Amino acid sequence: MTKAITVSGLHKSFGRTHALDGLDLEVERGEVHGFLGPNGAGKSTTLRVLLGLLRADAGAAQILGRDPWSDAVEVHRRIAYVPGDVTLWRNLSGGEVIDLYGRLRGGLDPARRADLIDRFELDPTKKGRTYSKGNRQKVALVAAFASDVDLLILDEPTSGLDPLMEEVFQRCVEEERDRGRTVLLSSHILSEVEELCDRVSIIRKGRTVESGSLADLRHLTRTSVRAELAGPPNGLAHLPGVHDLDVQGRRVRLQVDTDKLDAVLRSLTDSGVRSLTSTPPTLEELFLRHYQEEAR
Amino acid sequence: MTALAGTGTLTRFALRRDRVLIPVWVAVNTLMVLSMPTTLKGLYSTPVERADLLRQMSANSSFRALIGPVFDDSLGALTAWRVGVFAGGLAAVTALLVVVRHTRDEEESGRQELIASGAVGRRASLTAALLAAGVANAVLALLVTAGLAGQGVAGAAAFGLGLAGVGMVFATMAAIVAQLTESARLTRGLTAAVLGAAFVLRAAGDSATDDGSSVLTWVSPLGWLENLRAFADERWWVLGLFAGAVAVQAAVAYGLAGRRDVGMSFLPTRPGPAAGRLASAGALARRLQRGGVLGWSVGFFLAGVVYGGLTDGAADLVADNARAREIFERMGGQSGLTDAFLAAMVGMLGLIASLYVVASVLRLHGEETSGRAEPVLANAVGRLRWAAGHLLIAFGGAALIMLLAGLGFVAGYGKEAGPILAACLVQLPAVWVVGGLAVLLYGTAPRLAPAAWGVAGAVLLIGWIGPALDAPQFVLDLSPFGHLPKLPGGEMSWGPVGVLAALAGVLVAGGLAGLRRRDMTT
Repeated sequence: MTKAITVSGLHKSFGRTHALDGLDLEVERGEVHGFLGPNGAGKSTTLRVLLGLLRADAGAAQILGRDPWSDAVEVHRRIAYVPGDVTLWRNLSGGEVIDLYGRLRGGLDPARRADLIDRFELDPTKKGRTYSKGNRQKVALVAAFASDVDLLILDEPTSGLDPLMEEVFQRCVEEERDRGRTVLLSSHILSEVEELCDRVSIIRKGRTVESGSLADLRHLTRTSVRAELAGPPNGLAHLPGVHDLDVQGRRVRLQVDTDKLDAVLRSLTDSGVRSLTSTPPTLEELFLRHYQEEAR
Repeated sequence: MTALAGTGTLTRFALRRDRVLIPVWVAVNTLMVLSMPTTLKGLYSTPVERADLLRQMSANSSFRALIGPVFDDSLGALTAWRVGVFAGGLAAVTALLVVVRHTRDEEESGRQELIASGAVGRRASLTAALLAAGVANAVLALLVTAGLAGQGVAGAAAFGLGLAGVGMVFATMAAIVAQLTESARLTRGLTAAVLGAAFVLRAAGDSATDDGSSVLTWVSPLGWLENLRAFADERWWVLGLFAGAVAVQAAVAYGLAGRRDVGMSFLPTRPGPAAGRLASAGALARRLQRGGVLGWSVGFFLAGVVYGGLTDGAADLVADNARAREIFERMGGQSGLTDAFLAAMVGMLGLIASLYVVASVLRLHGEETSGRAEPVLANAVGRLRWAAGHLLIAFGGAALIMLLAGLGFVAGYGKEAGPILAACLVQLPAVWVVGGLAVLLYGTAPRLAPAAWGVAGAVLLIGWIGPALDAPQFVLDLSPFGHLPKLPGGEMSWGPVGVLAALAGVLVAGGLAGLRRRDMTT
């Protein structure tokens, strides 16, 4: 079976701005894939290309085994999309919009629609602008989760949701995965990503900088080590993968690439270890490192 | 006063945002007014001719209803008479657009929240909007006064101030309506409806009396403008009516504005159904545009009834003046004068229908730029089908409103049903060409899509003022309306009509081809 999404070497410029600069992305069927990157990295541009709203300048993209531009309508029957900022028509009620979107896709499961409206505590009789930001998101989320589709494309879908609703959202995504559906989730909420995503892709400046499972990515990051030694440290500064080394007498603080941890520990034990603390990288550090890399 | 804190900044901001809108509207209005003395001089060169005109106009109730009564035979007085209603209407439209743009539009979009969170008084935004409208009207008054001063300084000042007065009455009217509804579109529609009512009241009053003394005329701000009697022994106290109305309406608007929540209105939005029946992009388009189509339909039908009812009387009048007859024949038909009058009025409605078609086509642009199109197109809806839903309403709706105008004419005139309906429908290819240009602009260069309003405006100017100004033929030929057969009365010529219809088709196809290829903007 083909992958849900394959993108390779995608380029897209707007005038002189290179929004996408050789972006790659692979999403397996049935997985929840996190799509991360700082503001302006090209996440929404990528999603719009995948939705056939923008036409890529170069590169290849396939979505559900088809071309996102020329087969847009066929592809969209199997897709539900939730934008980060939902705009509604002022004179249409939320319920009308949910039903419209459902019918414009593969159809809507009425039981699930009712269940979702209940769980998201949405009043479907209100109209357009009388909804708050969070409630407008809920309209699009209910429409997406109640639709009979194979792939959900969610672009920062929980902006404006309260923590309780965020919880409901996470349960819904899990249910989608349990039903064998694929989810591409663009998000800045790390706990959400950690909770939900099987794999993530991190992009920066229109390019993919990292892709893999969270465990893989953790492996690529640095562990911080503090140690008090019996004798003076020896040759630490020359070991590969050591960063931010700070030696004060027999106390040592350093950062080490997690895959180079072995050699550092060996060097430390050579000097004799009195005490040792090592902290695995948090997800925040992982992302901050990728997000900020340019600044360093 | 803290309620007005930030007004200065907001006013400068409003004027900066309107740096194109206000100058263009004011310039068009000024040109229309200032070109009139020359035109009239060409038409009625001797005092005897002008006195003759005065006598005929005063005797003809149909023309009084259309344009108002004449009070003197000087060029200045004739100018004020000839353009008063239109220039006043244009000033009113400008003012209401400016005010709505800076009040309800801002609230509806949510931008107002950010503004209001600053050190900005509760009434500062409304004040800034009214001041911006005030600047537009003050400039108009100055330009008109300066431009017409050659006909008499007092008259020029009275006319300029009167135009500004009408503008400000509708600026403050829009300010009130903006407090009542949550939708900017509805605010514009309702205020425009009040303007229409002001026109109808004045027309009814003026058709009944020949000196503007009817109560109906006095109820209408457009009637005040004529009763100011610029260039005919001015009644300066009438300016007090404008001032009073502006003060009262502004007070009402301020009172309401201080008593409500930002973004909310006094006519609350009712809840809608919990489940919907809309099942296609076409159904959505019909739902979104049905209010607009309804409003235009009613307006065109009523206009047809009114002009149809005036036809017999107007034709009598034109028959007496060779030059006026010539103009009507140039605008309208060559045969009988009733036909010429009908053709001119039908042609005018055709020109106005091009505003409808542009507004309707540009709904696509509005849907796209607001971000509402994106999720719709992320569904199993092709762009062409999505666009077709709206274009069907734009082009079919144009046919509908012209047909209804025709039925109105038939109802008001009571004769010649077949030829009148044919005359109305023959306008359509030209209307569609304007709509086609809008589609082409939208499809190929979405940023330039609002320029379609410029196209419609140019077509209106050429059609309205071109013949009276003796504009060269190549200018008249620029407008698609210039190529239509003059019906009723003239010869039906299928050639140009077919060419225009085909051209409209090509323009639409070009626009859709562009839309299919380009990126959607957000």
